[in-house]
Amino acid sequence: MDSRDWIRDGLRAVLGGLIAIPLAVLNLPLFVLSLVTLLLSVVPGLGMVLFPLVTKLVRLRADLARRIAAGSGVVITRPYRPRPAAVLGGWRHFRWLLTDPATWRDLAWLVPGALTGVVLGVLTLAIPLYGLEGVLLIPLWIWLGTGWYGYGAIWPFDTVGDAFLSLPQGALILSVGVAGAPWLRWFDARFAHLFLGPTRNAELRLRVSQLTVTRADTVDAQAAELRRIERDLHDGAQVRLVSLGMTIGLAEEMVETDPAGARKLLTEARETSTAALADLRHVVRGIHPPVLAERGLDGAVRALVMALPISATVETALPGRLETPVESAAYFAVAEALANTTRHSAAQNAQVELWHTGSTLVMRISDDGRGGADPATGTGLRGIERRLAAFDGTMSLSSPRGGPTVVTMEVPCASSSPKTTPSSGTA
Amino acid sequence: MRVVLAEDHALLRDGLTRLLTAHGCQVVAAVDNGPALLPALVEHRPDVAVVDVRLPPTFTDEGLQAAIAARVEIPGMPVLVLSQHVEPLYARELLSDRTGGVGYLLKDRVSHVAQFVDAVRRVAGGGTAMDPEVVYQLLARRQSPLSALTGREREVLTLMAEGRSNGAIAAKLFVGEKAVSKHINSIFTKLDLPPSDDDNRRVLAVLTYLNA
Repeated sequence: MDSRDWIRDGLRAVLGGLIAIPLAVLNLPLFVLSLVTLLLSVVPGLGMVLFPLVTKLVRLRADLARRIAAGSGVVITRPYRPRPAAVLGGWRHFRWLLTDPATWRDLAWLVPGALTGVVLGVLTLAIPLYGLEGVLLIPLWIWLGTGWYGYGAIWPFDTVGDAFLSLPQGALILSVGVAGAPWLRWFDARFAHLFLGPTRNAELRLRVSQLTVTRADTVDAQAAELRRIERDLHDGAQVRLVSLGMTIGLAEEMVETDPAGARKLLTEARETSTAALADLRHVVRGIHPPVLAERGLDGAVRALVMALPISATVETALPGRLETPVESAAYFAVAEALANTTRHSAAQNAQVELWHTGSTLVMRISDDGRGGADPATGTGLRGIERRLAAFDGTMSLSSPRGGPTVVTMEVPCASSSPKTTPSSGTA
Repeated sequence: MRVVLAEDHALLRDGLTRLLTAHGCQVVAAVDNGPALLPALVEHRPDVAVVDVRLPPTFTDEGLQAAIAARVEIPGMPVLVLSQHVEPLYARELLSDRTGGVGYLLKDRVSHVAQFVDAVRRVAGGGTAMDPEVVYQLLARRQSPLSALTGREREVLTLMAEGRSNGAIAAKLFVGEKAVSKHINSIFTKLDLPPSDDDNRRVLAVLTYLNA
């Protein structure tokens, strides 16, 4: 790491320590309020309103602690159960809070959290400050002629030489303090994680509700997809095949009486069969592009990029074929992202990168367009998110106004079978 | 003309055999999988191989790979690849050795018997037969340099990219052959391509340009 980086991180952590102290102190009144309102909840009408209100504050405080922990690299998932459709002050709302273990874990955190917050916060601040004193103040005081004093390992100063030793000591303590500050913050975050993170049970519950949503989405999307295919076949190839049979039947009847007319009908029949095949190809491409089946994600994305009206490069580092469902979802996600690029971004160049980290497939599509893409406004990006969510995949978008736009999609998956096709070396 | 056929669907294999035989070709071998193709080609040394892209055992692009491998093994071996769908990517791979004698057509084209047999003969003669769908896709994405072409020049370019001779282009557009070569010269100048009198070299130049 660059030395400027660790100084910046250290100073940020010291500042974090400064903020952590008053925040930690804030825990104590929250704890007292919680206890009092909990006791008051035996009073009809009153406690059922007050305790939820205080719990709301506690949760705000806990959420703040979670956000601060995320800044130190400790991710703490919100463990609360989803809020029922009940008004604050009602029995159902009250019961929701009481039966959620996270409520009690928050409460249990308040006092120990305050203690560690203050202790670690003071440590974070005190060490660098003492170092700073050694560097700056002691020489100043000697110059001013103060009396008995000492610093670091030397108490008291006997000579001016002793006093000047405080300078290197101070520098050392200052750098240890600054370098250690992020670790102290991290320790504080880990401690918060013990209480504020979801329990194994809560984790499973969160997972179940997430899976319920993605499954519903997947089922919906699949049903819509099947409906679309059915309609495409019904209105396209099927109609043409019926008409084909009719035309050939007519030609059959006319062969003897009007050979020229029969010939004309047969030409027509041939053209209809071509059109039917074109329809079928179109449908097949929408279900599972043949090139994807033949060449896997790598080749299919290359073929996709070749068809783009803008210039684009592809870089891939994939170890082999991925599992078919992932491959398909990834392909359509890339296709959708590229379609968005050509449709909205006014970009001249695009870049597609695909690689596999060993456990995750990462796809990055970037362009030099005008930026300003927002998943909230476009259905395309939403669709990508839904498509990937079925595989626990995620999409992140960076698109400042003026560009560039970078879409990064990640799908956890193992790369399965080795290549099923001998590599041609010409792709 | 002697033909080796590789097609896994019996119905189509028999149909193609019948069609080619009816037009004076001799189908010396008809195989139904990828690995059998190369030995058949080495054994019979046909005038042209007609190959389906998707063949057993992998049902991926086995036929295309076998065709490319055959052209490495037997340089200049004319190969006509048939497929249910066309990809410019595959066209690029087939054309990459720049020697001609290559065809890449949708299976649908079989229904227009005369044109299909013409394509087989063209490929056997060292020419090129590129599916209009491939050419269409290539033209669609290459807007900017092509916008300098006139409408007629675009028509000529499209037909030329499909692998048609000057005579065939002239007949199709109802113009004289002279006019066609004038258009072609103009296209080559506008696209900054090296001029060439050889029909096939010219087609390859155009396809390579579009495919780049």
